[in-house]
Amino acid sequence: MSDPLLTVDGLQAWYGRAHILDGIALTIGRGEVVALMGRNGAGKTTTLKAIMGLVERRAATLRFDGRDLSALPAHRIARLGVGYVPEDRRIFADLTVEENLEVGRQPPRPGAPAWTPEKLFALFPNLAEMRGRRGTRMSGGEQQMLTLARTLMGNPSLLLLDEPSEGLAPLIVKQMAEAVRRLKAEGLSVLLSEQSLSFASSVADRACVIETGRLRWTGTMAELLADDGVRAAYLSV
Amino acid sequence: MSFLLVQALSGLATAATLFLVSSGLTIVFGVTRIVNFAHGSFYMVGAYAGWSLIERFGGTPAGFWGSVAAAALAMGVLGAAMEVGLLRRLYRSPELFQLLGTFGIVLVVQDLTAWAWGPEDLLGRRAPGLKGSIDILDQPFPLYDLVLIGLGPLVLGLLWLLFNRTRWGTLVRAATQDREMTSALGVDPARLFTGVLFLGCALAGLGGALQVPRESVTLQMDMAIVVEAFVVVVVGGMGSLTGAFLASLLIGQLQAFGILVFPQITLVLVFLFMAVVLVLRPHGLLGRAEEVPPTATAAVTVPLSAGRHAGPWALALLALLAAAPLVAGDYALILLTEVVILALFAASLHLLIGLGGLVSFGHAAWFGLGAYGSALLVKHLGAPMPLALAGAPVLAGLGALVAGWFCVRRSGLYFAMLTLAFAQIVWSIAFQWYAVTGGDNGILGVWPPGWAAGKATYYWLTLGLCGGTLWLLRRVAFAPFGYALRAGRDSGLRAESVGIDVRRFQWMAFVLAGTAAGLAGGLYAFAKGSVFPTLLAVPQSVDALVMVLMGGIQTVAGPLAGAVAFHLLESEVMSLTDWWRLVLGLIIVALVLIFPKGIVGFLSGFRRRA
Repeated sequence: MSDPLLTVDGLQAWYGRAHILDGIALTIGRGEVVALMGRNGAGKTTTLKAIMGLVERRAATLRFDGRDLSALPAHRIARLGVGYVPEDRRIFADLTVEENLEVGRQPPRPGAPAWTPEKLFALFPNLAEMRGRRGTRMSGGEQQMLTLARTLMGNPSLLLLDEPSEGLAPLIVKQMAEAVRRLKAEGLSVLLSEQSLSFASSVADRACVIETGRLRWTGTMAELLADDGVRAAYLSV
Repeated sequence: MSFLLVQALSGLATAATLFLVSSGLTIVFGVTRIVNFAHGSFYMVGAYAGWSLIERFGGTPAGFWGSVAAAALAMGVLGAAMEVGLLRRLYRSPELFQLLGTFGIVLVVQDLTAWAWGPEDLLGRRAPGLKGSIDILDQPFPLYDLVLIGLGPLVLGLLWLLFNRTRWGTLVRAATQDREMTSALGVDPARLFTGVLFLGCALAGLGGALQVPRESVTLQMDMAIVVEAFVVVVVGGMGSLTGAFLASLLIGQLQAFGILVFPQITLVLVFLFMAVVLVLRPHGLLGRAEEVPPTATAAVTVPLSAGRHAGPWALALLALLAAAPLVAGDYALILLTEVVILALFAASLHLLIGLGGLVSFGHAAWFGLGAYGSALLVKHLGAPMPLALAGAPVLAGLGALVAGWFCVRRSGLYFAMLTLAFAQIVWSIAFQWYAVTGGDNGILGVWPPGWAAGKATYYWLTLGLCGGTLWLLRRVAFAPFGYALRAGRDSGLRAESVGIDVRRFQWMAFVLAGTAAGLAGGLYAFAKGSVFPTLLAVPQSVDALVMVLMGGIQTVAGPLAGAVAFHLLESEVMSLTDWWRLVLGLIIVALVLIFPKGIVGFLSGFRRRA
């Protein structure tokens, strides 16, 4: 694989005085889906936030598409084509579905799929029926779809997807997995954090396993599924 | 009947101005979460700038309205500059720093305005084409006011369109709800906020410039309007435009008819209305419940420590202070007496802020109530000094008991606004109840009797009373009462769940702090020989906050150091210049920007690093 899209090396992050991440390293190739796996509190969310520039203090080598991200604020990183989908959804509850999408809108980007509300409504038919509805009156699954759609409006080439399956009904989880596969087919690269091995194995090419803020294992999804030792040590609860 | 109608109409005209100003304040608050104390300054400077432009170009309707628009735009530019220069650095600071920082701007602007336009009130020319009045049911009503009445709903409609029908407005509403998520979607929050400050301050400037034909332009406009705008924003629900509109209408009518029924207490009426609304609808008329803002606890980064050998140090300091009359002259003793009094005043406020996490913006109320209590007892009942001094903390404590019951129902900014409102109530009573308080002229001749008239004797008396109370306050900080208070400050929910009645403890702390401040006020009255309404006014409350801030919030000794530093600065440096507001304002802004932990916190941080 030539020239990865995202290279993370020696990623450190702190919340106040607490040292959360210690030397995370990973790469994501173009068009690749990588699952960041680990137990609750392992540092998955913080890793995504740190890449996005959303932690108070971080230090790392961060290269995205030939650009150095390590000193950039979140909005600049987003404008380079990194899309962030938070685990707690954080849709703008006072805004309608269409307005939520409008907030995410950015100009089209060469080398990344260009999205319009109509294309997204085709991808998430549920949302199409509630364009004028405010976020307060949506189910958890619908909110999750909207969060993803909102980020796609920025036409990212890399998607940071935090716990996409968490707290969703089985049917919605299946739709979510389907959506991720569709995005991959469109040429998007995805880094997703996940606790559910079944969800991760249904979408990801490779996995990185972290625990207590350190990278413990990395390999292909098939290797992870075959390695009972790693799963027992870092994933099973 | 027709008289009542005209009265209602003039209430509507007042409401229009009030809405213009408070809509700007509520927009800025909604997005930045900063209560911009300097908002009234943009109103005032807008009026002055409008006056100058209208004098020059206002002969024709086009010139007049062009001048008004130009003044508004100029205020927008200044507001944007303030966002870039100051507010941007304060978004993550505790509310105390935001309020103080913007109050520093108020002081700076006051002096700069006086320098640019002079201290005299200015009377502007009337709006061309709208000079006359029309008869409404045989009562004349000014045409210009009619235009203002129409302007209120027009601006509300335009703002609604801006926020609901433009991309910029959508982004602003998104940032209002979740700033971080908005920036993660590629929106630069800094630019958005600069734009919001431009809009908010332009609205304030518009309100100010539109006042030129109606009333004279004065240097007192800023505080008068900003306090009223606070009330409107709090009553309407912070961040709600429609709420601000509704509240403006109600308060406009309250003022128009209140002046007929209770001409003496119109100001009190407005604040009472606010207190009642907040008790019935804690988030204002159209406001919504929101999570505790993250800044509420951000002040607490260093835990309060008792300090080693604090006892011996305190005793040594006390002995040193007690020996001062042996070497110090009268002037130095007067200065020292005031420092000791202010130290108690600051320490009483620190009890609320440092231990309770309750930022009071009206602590002068209790200081002033104590001072007025003593003075009134002397003047109207001929009470001897010991009785008058005993009356000071009692009156202040009773006042704090009543106000505290309201105030502790809310936390964070609402608490600050409520304390400010109560201080304004007390202030307006002292200011307007001429027969009893002497109004603006204050009460004179409150001197200690012969036995305590010597500067040294009165100093020792002050030192004894203040020292004793300070010792008591310190005991409280490290007693179970203090622990409970701090628990409530750090996590109200967890404290409640282990059985601490947080609100009750906060109420008790409020009363205790008020009582101690009252004693300081009583001593101050006898030290100065007089009392004036300024003792109860906002700047006095801010002085106390600056002392606490200078000393550092998370040290018990901090307020004492802060009082010393502040008073020396005030009496020795600022008295040398006519521009003391400018100097004080710049000091406050600098303090807020450079020493977020105060002097003592800064020094101890330095020591720890070394």
